[in-house]
Amino acid sequence: MTALSALSSRLPPAFWRGVRAFVPLIPGVLPFGMVAGIAAVQAGFTPLQSIAFSLIGYAGSAQLIASQLFASHTPTLLIVLATLIVNLRFAMYSASIQPLFGGVPPARRWPLAYGLTDQSYAVVLGRPATETNAVAYYAGAAMPMWLTWQMGTAVGALLGARIPASWPLDFAVPLSFIALLAPVLRSRPQMFAAVVSALVAVAAHDLPFRLNLILGALCGIAAGLFAQRRLSRKL
Amino acid sequence: MNVWLLILGVGVGSLLLRASVLVLLRDRNWPQSVTASLGLVPAAVLAALIAPELLYAPSTGAFDPVGPRLAAGLLAAMVAWKTRDVLWTLVTGLGLLVAFQALGWR
Repeated sequence: MTALSALSSRLPPAFWRGVRAFVPLIPGVLPFGMVAGIAAVQAGFTPLQSIAFSLIGYAGSAQLIASQLFASHTPTLLIVLATLIVNLRFAMYSASIQPLFGGVPPARRWPLAYGLTDQSYAVVLGRPATETNAVAYYAGAAMPMWLTWQMGTAVGALLGARIPASWPLDFAVPLSFIALLAPVLRSRPQMFAAVVSALVAVAAHDLPFRLNLILGALCGIAAGLFAQRRLSRKL
Repeated sequence: MNVWLLILGVGVGSLLLRASVLVLLRDRNWPQSVTASLGLVPAAVLAALIAPELLYAPSTGAFDPVGPRLAAGLLAAMVAWKTRDVLWTLVTGLGLLVAFQALGWR
């Protein structure tokens, strides 16, 4: 207990503000992680492999997609490629938060990069304007996110097929994305980007390897950039 | 064996994508069009993740514009917009979907 309180006083207050900002997302992440664990086991992973997938891959929706493709006997190389395309957004997030990390040495950047997820990114992006230590705030959001995800997948992997298939638990995944989307729709170009992206992703649904996701996002970003230019010309 | 290769491939690839700008290319200056597009990434990616889940039936994979998932998802989106609360969004969406399915709407 003394070790714990020593640790808590050593961590900067901004870390705990990040933790607090993440806590409301736990009910969205936990079932999502459980669904990923269940999906991997049902696709033919052992529970150990399913847990290792979460620890090493730590890749949210890409884990679900990999399980789906593995179950349908897709070649390993194609599965890896499909998950990396879905995870291209991490490179975009990485570029987006890079300006916050000035002065952080590379050795400490690696674990911070490993902790980059939709959720930790959304939390650090939504930090209050008064926040002075964005790196600690980010770490505070990323740490419980990691714990929640690992616990969720482990429970899912161990429960495996024991959950009735009639429970629509998978619906928790898009619902948690809906909850993440609402706060990032702050400008007209962002809303335009979301609408175009959604339409293209639906229209291109039958493309292989969830390429509709990448195509939709790219079209949405292009549409948003176009809207930004039109708006700035009018002003 | 294949499973471990898959796990390793996804793990190394994902870490490199996450570390791309944050660690590996941190000293590069980016053109303004790249930085301008970054603010649009979350909205575009999340919308592309959500929309097909609401409009396609999970069991058959068929286009289903009048399914219970679209109705439950849109009502949950209204709750998300008003409350900005993840838990309320989940409770509303899952609760409505279970209720719709119990009423025989599939």
